[in-house]
Amino acid sequence: MSEYVKFTEEMKKTHTILVPDMLPIHFKMLCKIFEAEGYKMKLLQNDSRAVVDEGLKNVHNDACYPALLVIGQFMDALNSGEYDVDKTALLITQTGGGCRASNYIHLLRKAVDKNYPQVPVVSLNFSGLEKDSAFRITAPMFVKLLHAVLYGDLLMTCYNKCRAYEVNKGDSKKMLDKWQNRMGNIFRKKDKKYLKTKKIYRDILDDFASIELSSEKKIKVGIVGEIYVKYSPLANNHLEDFLISEGCEPVVPSLLEFVMYCAAGTFNDADIYDNHNKMSFAYKLGYKLLYAKQKELIKVMKEQGSFEPLHDFEHLRKLADKYINQGVVMGEGWLIPAEMAALAKSGVENIICAQPFGCLPNHIVAKGMSRAIKEDNPNANIVAIDYDPGATKVNQENRIKLMLANARL
Amino acid sequence: MSNKYSLGIDIGSTTVKTVITDPEGNIVYSKYQRHLSKVKETVTEQLKLIRADHPDERFTVSITGSAGLGLANSAEIPFVQEVHAAFLAVKKKQPDADVVIELGGEDAKIIFLTGGVEQRMNGSCAGGTGAFIDQMSTLLGITSDQLDELSLRAQKIYPIASRCGVFAKSDIQPLLNQGARREDVSASIFQAVVDQTVSGLAQGRSIEGKVLFLGGPLFFLQGLRKAFVNTLGLDEEHAVFPDEAPVFVAYGCAIYAATSADSYSVNELLEKITNAKTSDNIVTGEPLFSSQAEYDEFIERHRKFDLGYADMRTYKGDAYLGIDAGSTTTKLVLITDDGKILYHHYSSNQGQPLDKIADQLKRIYKEKNPDINIRGSAVTGYGEDLIKSGLAVDHGIVETVAHFKAASYFCPDVDFIIDIGGQDIKCFKIKNKSIDSIMLNEACSSGCGSFIQTFAMALGYNIAEFSQLGLFAEHPVDLGSRCTVFMNSSVKQAQKDGATVEDISAGLSMSIIKNAIYKVIRAKSPDELGKNIVVQGGTFLNDAVLRSFEKEMGRNVIRPAISGLMGAFGCALYAKERAVGEKSTLISAEELETFAYTSRSVNCNGCTAHCQLNIINFGKGRRFISGNRCEKGGGIKIKNKIPNLYEYKYDSIINTVKTHQPRKYRATVGLPLALSFYEQLPFWHMLFTTLGFRTIISDESSRQMYYLGQHTIPSDTVCYPAKLTHGHIENLLDKGADFIFYPCMSYNIDEGGSDNHFNCPVVAYYPELLLANNPRLNNNNFIHPYMDPNIRKNVINVMTKALARYNVKGKIPAAVDKAYEAMEKFRAEIANKARDIIEQARAEKRNIIVLAGRPYHIDKEINHGIHKLITSLGMAVVTEDSVAQLARTPNLGVLNQWTYHSRLYRAANYVTTQSDMQLIQLVSFGCGIDAVTSDEVRNILESKGKLYTQLKIDEINNLGAARIRLRSLVAAMEQSKNRTEE
Repeated sequence: MSEYVKFTEEMKKTHTILVPDMLPIHFKMLCKIFEAEGYKMKLLQNDSRAVVDEGLKNVHNDACYPALLVIGQFMDALNSGEYDVDKTALLITQTGGGCRASNYIHLLRKAVDKNYPQVPVVSLNFSGLEKDSAFRITAPMFVKLLHAVLYGDLLMTCYNKCRAYEVNKGDSKKMLDKWQNRMGNIFRKKDKKYLKTKKIYRDILDDFASIELSSEKKIKVGIVGEIYVKYSPLANNHLEDFLISEGCEPVVPSLLEFVMYCAAGTFNDADIYDNHNKMSFAYKLGYKLLYAKQKELIKVMKEQGSFEPLHDFEHLRKLADKYINQGVVMGEGWLIPAEMAALAKSGVENIICAQPFGCLPNHIVAKGMSRAIKEDNPNANIVAIDYDPGATKVNQENRIKLMLANARL
Repeated sequence: MSNKYSLGIDIGSTTVKTVITDPEGNIVYSKYQRHLSKVKETVTEQLKLIRADHPDERFTVSITGSAGLGLANSAEIPFVQEVHAAFLAVKKKQPDADVVIELGGEDAKIIFLTGGVEQRMNGSCAGGTGAFIDQMSTLLGITSDQLDELSLRAQKIYPIASRCGVFAKSDIQPLLNQGARREDVSASIFQAVVDQTVSGLAQGRSIEGKVLFLGGPLFFLQGLRKAFVNTLGLDEEHAVFPDEAPVFVAYGCAIYAATSADSYSVNELLEKITNAKTSDNIVTGEPLFSSQAEYDEFIERHRKFDLGYADMRTYKGDAYLGIDAGSTTTKLVLITDDGKILYHHYSSNQGQPLDKIADQLKRIYKEKNPDINIRGSAVTGYGEDLIKSGLAVDHGIVETVAHFKAASYFCPDVDFIIDIGGQDIKCFKIKNKSIDSIMLNEACSSGCGSFIQTFAMALGYNIAEFSQLGLFAEHPVDLGSRCTVFMNSSVKQAQKDGATVEDISAGLSMSIIKNAIYKVIRAKSPDELGKNIVVQGGTFLNDAVLRSFEKEMGRNVIRPAISGLMGAFGCALYAKERAVGEKSTLISAEELETFAYTSRSVNCNGCTAHCQLNIINFGKGRRFISGNRCEKGGGIKIKNKIPNLYEYKYDSIINTVKTHQPRKYRATVGLPLALSFYEQLPFWHMLFTTLGFRTIISDESSRQMYYLGQHTIPSDTVCYPAKLTHGHIENLLDKGADFIFYPCMSYNIDEGGSDNHFNCPVVAYYPELLLANNPRLNNNNFIHPYMDPNIRKNVINVMTKALARYNVKGKIPAAVDKAYEAMEKFRAEIANKARDIIEQARAEKRNIIVLAGRPYHIDKEINHGIHKLITSLGMAVVTEDSVAQLARTPNLGVLNQWTYHSRLYRAANYVTTQSDMQLIQLVSFGCGIDAVTSDEVRNILESKGKLYTQLKIDEINNLGAARIRLRSLVAAMEQSKNRTEE
């Protein structure tokens, strides 16, 4: 690996860290957690055409769309003059694994190096990559981040549901803003109030349940796919908003599922390849902790009763086994067919698989598995929608409309 | 049901259709009309026609169609998705139909009605059909009706890539240039449309029963109908072409409208549509010129770069002829000794370059002063070989050299040349007065100049008018920078949003430029290209394109007035430099009078590749053969066989299973000759035969093999090597193996020196996809266990479990060890052979090419014989894996985590230490990982002064672009050798 600018201890005080707009709800909390540790964070919101243009300029055009957008968004921000480029750093997530995505950080560094060689890039990862950076995730932060994922998932689930049915337009957004503020404050304080999960879950659920909803029957549309395109409105052309405008209820599986999928992958691999070691043992423990946390949230959701609980992860794993081996761990791997099957089984039979154009793992796990899933769920209506800088919204929307016409048959 | 009349309006990408049904649902009125991109105007026009007949009638109304969504939304008229509308119409008119196939301007759709209703339409990548046929007829210089007529007289069908319109075009162009019969080409175009529809949309579901064909193209084009009926094997009873086919969807739309409660008079509708606000979500750029004065200054500046002219009728002395036989156009210049132009010509070749050029020559001979002596001639371009042998031209030179010659004439310090022609973009960087690197557009983004032309014609303009329109457009539309298919839908969207023709024209010019800069050159800043940029090619004669380039680059550039003739001019200059004798060998005026030729096509039987040869006979024993990959097909005797590791390695793999087979065996194992097996076959063969199994492999790849499995491919954008696997599986099933063995491997062999050793996701997990999509496979006849080949214990455990039913448990560890040995032996053998080849090449003073791809690139159907093309140019070929072990991994800017790709880095590093070696990277279209590796390999090579050459390959069998690249590489190598010797 060639040399690059490191994020040093001093930069913690002087530099503002820019964060890409991947999961709008979750990443807001993530910023607060880092701010509590003394970092200066800024969640990027720029989403003009310039983002795509900068991406095209700085990334190989056959690289996948998420890389192009994330890097484009950073470059556009650095170009904007809003930030002092001598006092700015960039944060990017890094997963590792056989997908091209593990290379994002390197592609980003290449682009930055050409234009702003002084800007350091920091990696947000949980696999121990890039140990020489002063940007570190301590154990307490890790616990906080995990909770942010849980709260984020709950808020996202409640918000999507309420938004589709709200009688007074804007109620759900107001509620979401209120809770994002409140959670931000909770995470900033030292008193560890965020650990009172049951209480907070219940409050969130009750609060959202108080929003007046219409009893109109709407088509539920599940969204699965590549992690960035699935969640980021910038990447998927505001897919959730579009579905709501079409009179549908978007159902988006939780981020926690992806986190657990990553954790499970490590010890699964150890089992499959007879390659047990300390790390795989630790991951198994970690996974158990995550699963307990998920079960707790599911239990509270069931008790409260207003919202469809998240998919039980062990249930997802069992569903996956019907279609594909859990050894498929590149990209979103076996999680995509599992989520599609879980959605179809829970009555969400219309499923959009949002993916970057030419996504390699999705040849196998998305388009490759649709046929088998449809065979078991004859009413399942699965469409793969490709996103890339050249694909037009009209083409994407037309395909979704076709799916909805099928759903209304 | 309402008792009102219903109106359905279908706004497609190229046409507007309206249908009125009476309260009983009968069609009482219908109209079909091309909208030439003026959507709102055309709809209004049609409504006015209806108003004349029904001034006071109230209608229930609905809009459908790919371009109708925006209008429906803003005019607040109900919208119905077009496939669904078709479905409603079919239910009414043809309730017993089983399948509906509808081709529109740019869409292809299939509806399966029996056995679970399913509606499908083409993805964003599969090109259009009606528009594609239009584009192809333009290419042939005829109307689509003429194309149809020609196709009915076809004798044979050529294979044409069917996935995407642009690819098909790259297949058709060389056929035309090589003189294939237009009748046959026409029929092949229709067949390609059929293949595209059947394979791209059906994806595993068979098209059976009563099939209903809808849409304009299927209604108007007999040849297309015939191709569909023949391919699907339908009889008259099962192939239904309804009379109302062109307006069928509009009819469905009217049915949908009938369920609506609201009704309108035509006047109310007109008002709604006229007042419909076009949304403002289209992205626009700055105007090209802000004022007339700015434009005048621009024109004045470029006027400076012109040549002198002399009169052919009065000039006396030596003259030199240059010919550029391009893909779509023919260019020709005759110059004097001091570079003045005596005669020049630029026209579309209409698929008949040889005739066009012969005509021009006749004209020159007739009009020129008898005292002009043509002392030399040279030809370049796609048609170079044909013209050279047909008209006895002195020299054939590679395009890059011709362009460089011409550009230096205008700008001796030129350091960057960009040429945008009808079909391709070529860019060269010049360093030290020689071509340093070459960039050509890949098959995917081609169609540059001719794309604008087709578009202009579709909108009812000629190209000059159309581009002129864009000059002062106020809000040029941003159309993205991808392939033409995407541009088509971007334009569609812009139309939907109400962009004017002017804005679209300017937008198209800009996207061509963006395509060139960001996709072909991949420049990050203008400074990277250099200070002295010469632009050329017919497309730059278009002021809007030229201006877009200057604006995007932020600097002024040189456009010679003969921009479109630069290739020909370069040839003429070359002919002048090389003229030694007194007279050119060029065909004489007398010979021209009787000049005629016949063409026929045959299959070469020289080897198993069975190249399709086109033999053109000029009489008097002169003939020209094209379509061949090696000397054999060209009718040339091979004197000295040039060593080629690709052939050697391929033969060793194929021959693996011929030895070490048990006489009595437990069962027969089928191993597909695909993807990872091109490397691991020795391992698995040894393992299974040691355990007492017989192994068989699938037959060698071919286009037929691909068709065999085509119906089980779920993702049409996956790489060709993966797609071929489907055919190999079918082939093994037919061969009757007891089971097929195909392991899943996240990890490949760890060869050290890398961050990790993954397989790419496709290679790693393709067996999962095969099992899920081929109904003939099940867990019994398809064993696909997961294993890590680096962990012996794991391989043993996994194989023990996988073969449990055969009772071989105790024998497995020893067999696995023998398998590892066999693998090692194979690798060593390849490495040894590489050493021999390098030694032999050096003894013969040949250059050596490391043709760097993946193990499966040795498959002839995948590499299309590129290695033979290289040896035919006198260079030896070795593989990337055979030299990778000779060097260490260089410093990289990316994560080096795939085994196959990590070899590329080491091989590139090795090449930088060998003066007589160059590396050519083979990239399969759709390989996302090579988006990461290719930039790195380029860096490794260029940082040490080596040339980087990339060849992108797919199912297209056309080696035209590869040939140019390879010959340019040879020219550059010679030049750099001469320099070092000086």
